Amino acid sequence: MTGTATRTVPRPGVRWLRRALRNPTLIAGAVIMLVVLALAVFSPTPYDPFAQDLDHGLDPPSPAHWFGTDQLGRDILSRVVAATGTDLRIAVLAAVVPFVVGVAVGLVSGYAGGWLDWIVGRVVDTFVAFPFYVLVIVVVFAAGTGERGIYVAYALVGWISYARVIRAKTRSLCRQGWVEAAYGGGLSHTRVVGRHLLPNVLPQAVVLLMTEILLIMVAVVTLGYLGLGVQPPTPDWGTMISDGQLFLTTKWWVSTLPGLAVVTTGVGLSLLGDGLADVWRLR
Amino acid sequence: MRWVGRSLLSVVPVVVGVVLCVFFLIRIVPGDPAAMILGDQATQASIDALHEQLGLDLPLGTQLWNWLVGVFARGDIGTSLITSQPVAGLVWSRAGITAGLVLLAVGFTVLLAVPLALLAATHAGSWLDQLVRVVPTIGMAMPAFWVGLLLILVFGVNLHWLPVGGVGTGPGEPLRSLVLPAFTVALGMSPPLVRSLREQLLEVLDADFVVTLRAARLPRWRVSSHVLRNAAVPTVSLLGLNVAYLIGGTLVIEKVFAINGMGALLFSSISSRDFPVVQGIALVLALVVVVVSLLTEALVALLDPRIRAA
Repeated sequence: MTGTATRTVPRPGVRWLRRALRNPTLIAGAVIMLVVLALAVFSPTPYDPFAQDLDHGLDPPSPAHWFGTDQLGRDILSRVVAATGTDLRIAVLAAVVPFVVGVAVGLVSGYAGGWLDWIVGRVVDTFVAFPFYVLVIVVVFAAGTGERGIYVAYALVGWISYARVIRAKTRSLCRQGWVEAAYGGGLSHTRVVGRHLLPNVLPQAVVLLMTEILLIMVAVVTLGYLGLGVQPPTPDWGTMISDGQLFLTTKWWVSTLPGLAVVTTGVGLSLLGDGLADVWRLR
Repeated sequence: MRWVGRSLLSVVPVVVGVVLCVFFLIRIVPGDPAAMILGDQATQASIDALHEQLGLDLPLGTQLWNWLVGVFARGDIGTSLITSQPVAGLVWSRAGITAGLVLLAVGFTVLLAVPLALLAATHAGSWLDQLVRVVPTIGMAMPAFWVGLLLILVFGVNLHWLPVGGVGTGPGEPLRSLVLPAFTVALGMSPPLVRSLREQLLEVLDADFVVTLRAARLPRWRVSSHVLRNAAVPTVSLLGLNVAYLIGGTLVIEKVFAINGMGALLFSSISSRDFPVVQGIALVLALVVVVVSLLTEALVALLDPRIRAA
């Protein structure tokens, strides 16, 4: 790119940013997620999330304890904040391998077609047949409860959704002339896929990534609730909600307030995904 | 008829895949199931004994052969380690209550999602449409089990309208006990359904036949009845696509409401480390999903002649 001509028209990056800044959905999502991330990273807990105070167990919300205390007298707000770090970290880390594998499988099977595509299609059909939670629960059962089990489970099953979406997108791109032109022009398959197809499917994959992080977070919390996820005493929204269920009828705050943290984070992620989809004009 | 044959044929690789997947899932995951079952205090001798009982000491090929012969030739999907009962029988004894819950949840889902999607699609672009689009965003972020707890608080504890745990006996009681859990599952199912259904309804509303009916000055409700009939196709096929999700969600909700169905069996087998039962439940549920998907495809083909012709 040489100077003068491009000056008048803003570069694509700049135009993208301008469009992004005018999108209220994206801004709202980004703000929520920045706050949640800050909570996760700096973990500004008013009390020690592990400190027990058995004289003040199950206290209702008060100026001293905004979210009340749990059955061991631990400050619920502190534990909710501390759990942000645990649950968001697991959700993000567990999303990495599926993202990379899924995009690669989708691109290759969509581009190559033929028997490779047929096999990938059947593998996807097979995994899709399993109720998702059942599959994850079985893998976590076999690999051991806790973080490790969750990573193994997602590495095994999480790539499916990317593979489906990216494969469909790649196939539709391949039907457009430019892909054939690129190959016909002497570019290698690797270059066509890596330099030309990949940048075109990546926005779709990133939007999907936001949804997937949301779904993984909900799954991590659900596994925690079932006793198969994060193990006590590490703070986790799911185990907190499950602990509170015993006292649900009289001490409503123990179960309900940690759930609000899940909902807030989830709404942030979904707005971010929707906003990105708008800005990239994927809908 | 050709259509039926082709669909049945397309299911074969998936069924084989599911059976293989269940076999390998437990085996490729790092860790020894026998050591897992017996816990930290296990001696090498007891681990070896359990390996023999589970057939894990045999070569992988033999294990696979035995599994395939068991499943396909004898319908034998294993024996419980704890109760020594056949897994198929255990699953069958709990299937009724879970099936009831799933069916009721499907009913609620349709009652929730279809009117909302219709409302949004017929008022596209208005504040109503915006509202119907925003609410599912929040709904998707809510863990279903937590929503269940909120419903227990509101309808069970505060209003005393419905029972909140277990399944009651007596006339009408079982059904009454399933209302709240089924509604919880439906609330979880509806958001994605409302979204896709709205898109599909917009297409139907734009279709030539609707424009023609409107141009012919048919009363609004008669146009609606035609639109609804055409909306049935995407609704059924979307429900079919989501049946796996629906069943998975139902199992978790069973735990919230202390319902003694397949979810309860799964979770108790996990805590007692009853590995053949866990494996068997995964297999049965996946096969159910395959069959239900096939049936919904057939139903869609019945409702929509265009698909049969394709």
